Amino acid sequence: MSKNTVSDRFRKVDVDEYDENKFVDEEEGGENQLGPDEAEVDSLIRQGNRMGALQAVLKNPPINTKNQNVKDRAEGLVLKVLSSFKSTDIEKGVQSLDKNGVDLLMKYIYKGFEQPSENSSTVLLQWHEKALSAGGVGCIVRVLTARKTV
Amino acid sequence: MSYHSFLLEPISCHAWNKDRTQIALCPNNHEVHIYKKDGSNWNKIHVLKEHNGQVTGIDWAPESNRIVTCGTDRNAYVWTLKGDAWKPTLVILRINRAARCVKWSPKENKFAVGSGSRLISVCYFEQDNDWWVCKHIKKPIRSTILCLDWHPNNVLLAAGSCDFKCRIFSAYIKEVEEKPAPTAWGSKMPFGEVMFESTGTSGWVHGVCFSDSGNRVAWASHDSTVAVAEGGKTAVCASLTSETLPLLCVTFITENSLVAAGHDCYPVLFVYDSNKAALSFGGKLDVPKQSAQKGMTARERFQNLDKKATADSKEAVLESVHKNSISQISILNGGKAQCAKFCTTGMDGGMAIWDIKLKTTLSAC
Repeated sequence: MSKNTVSDRFRKVDVDEYDENKFVDEEEGGENQLGPDEAEVDSLIRQGNRMGALQAVLKNPPINTKNQNVKDRAEGLVLKVLSSFKSTDIEKGVQSLDKNGVDLLMKYIYKGFEQPSENSSTVLLQWHEKALSAGGVGCIVRVLTARKTV
Repeated sequence: MSYHSFLLEPISCHAWNKDRTQIALCPNNHEVHIYKKDGSNWNKIHVLKEHNGQVTGIDWAPESNRIVTCGTDRNAYVWTLKGDAWKPTLVILRINRAARCVKWSPKENKFAVGSGSRLISVCYFEQDNDWWVCKHIKKPIRSTILCLDWHPNNVLLAAGSCDFKCRIFSAYIKEVEEKPAPTAWGSKMPFGEVMFESTGTSGWVHGVCFSDSGNRVAWASHDSTVAVAEGGKTAVCASLTSETLPLLCVTFITENSLVAAGHDCYPVLFVYDSNKAALSFGGKLDVPKQSAQKGMTARERFQNLDKKATADSKEAVLESVHKNSISQISILNGGKAQCAKFCTTGMDGGMAIWDIKLKTTLSAC
């Protein structure tokens, strides 16, 4: 008996992994999703075409892929584009997006909040305010309930 | 439109009798209270005590005048009125988690119970044994069933589940009925067959409803979307993302329009255009009277700016009729084809009755 009570490693076992009725999400082919095209977005930023860069960076979101690097790279790229906007242009940027675009933008914004860096939170909060007035709380609900996100 | 506040606790579920003079509701505990309308008052005339857990679903069969209730104690009871009292009959559901919703079939010879055991129990009365027996629909359900609705042909059953899907099953019981005729959802309908499974929306499916003809099914999902699917060779799905909080219950009021309500505390109209297979927002049905804006002194403005970082004078008071989420909608008059009145109950313990004037455009009064 003393042998059994010495270790408490059993407390760290993830019992949900052994549940035979555990809910597993459907696998959808995500191997080919590479995220937005870095070269295209960079060139658009350099040209000063911020609206175009915004549209380009919201293409091909790495939603289904399990590759964490692709997701991180996409998030970094989006942050770069969002930071390049002047505060007064943010509203116009949001207006240029359709419903799905606003939902996707909100997903990237919240992903950005998860890992704050030097100035990112201020920029993201400004974008959040404008995206909220465009998409409403429903947009945020969709970020919270999405099973597969960026 | 009228509003009556029954209790301070949420109304878990409710059901009306055939002539809409009595309402059975659960005041968020183990009992079912039946209230009778007397002029403009509601008097409690019966208390049904049998469940050992919260009652999660009530349905009142209009023709046979039987009530079926289900609860978190994993049981369902069928209540019949004998003289002046309601007598319960236990139904063994063979589930090992709470029951979540229950619905009589249109012919009232069966009822279906959705539960947390990841299955639907379809119960029918066996004459020989004088007992309610049930059959289970298990595959391919992978999580709790939150809501059910029957097709008018008494065989097909729509179920919304926490595995993010709305499905239509066949609940054909050969002991109590004839083989059904082909429908828009398919022609072969053995028991448990999946006739339709939704794709495209994510989020728990809180409410599901067949249209009056049974050719369309609508569901409200927790990702703030409403969707309508039309049966046919290939089912056509149309969904609409909304800017509001998730909707909890949905019902058709004509073949082309639906009313839904949820965490935003007011009912909302949606219109379905079958030519374009598109769903569109029709408007809020609860238009509160604008309260007079009182002027703000400079001091108040500065205080607001200091405390709330905003200069708005909007108070944090809900202007809608219901003061908390609406959890259930039921049709009172007119059926799902030409609904003239519907009723909503919610977490604020109140019940509101809404009148609809159907003209070429829908407006609520």
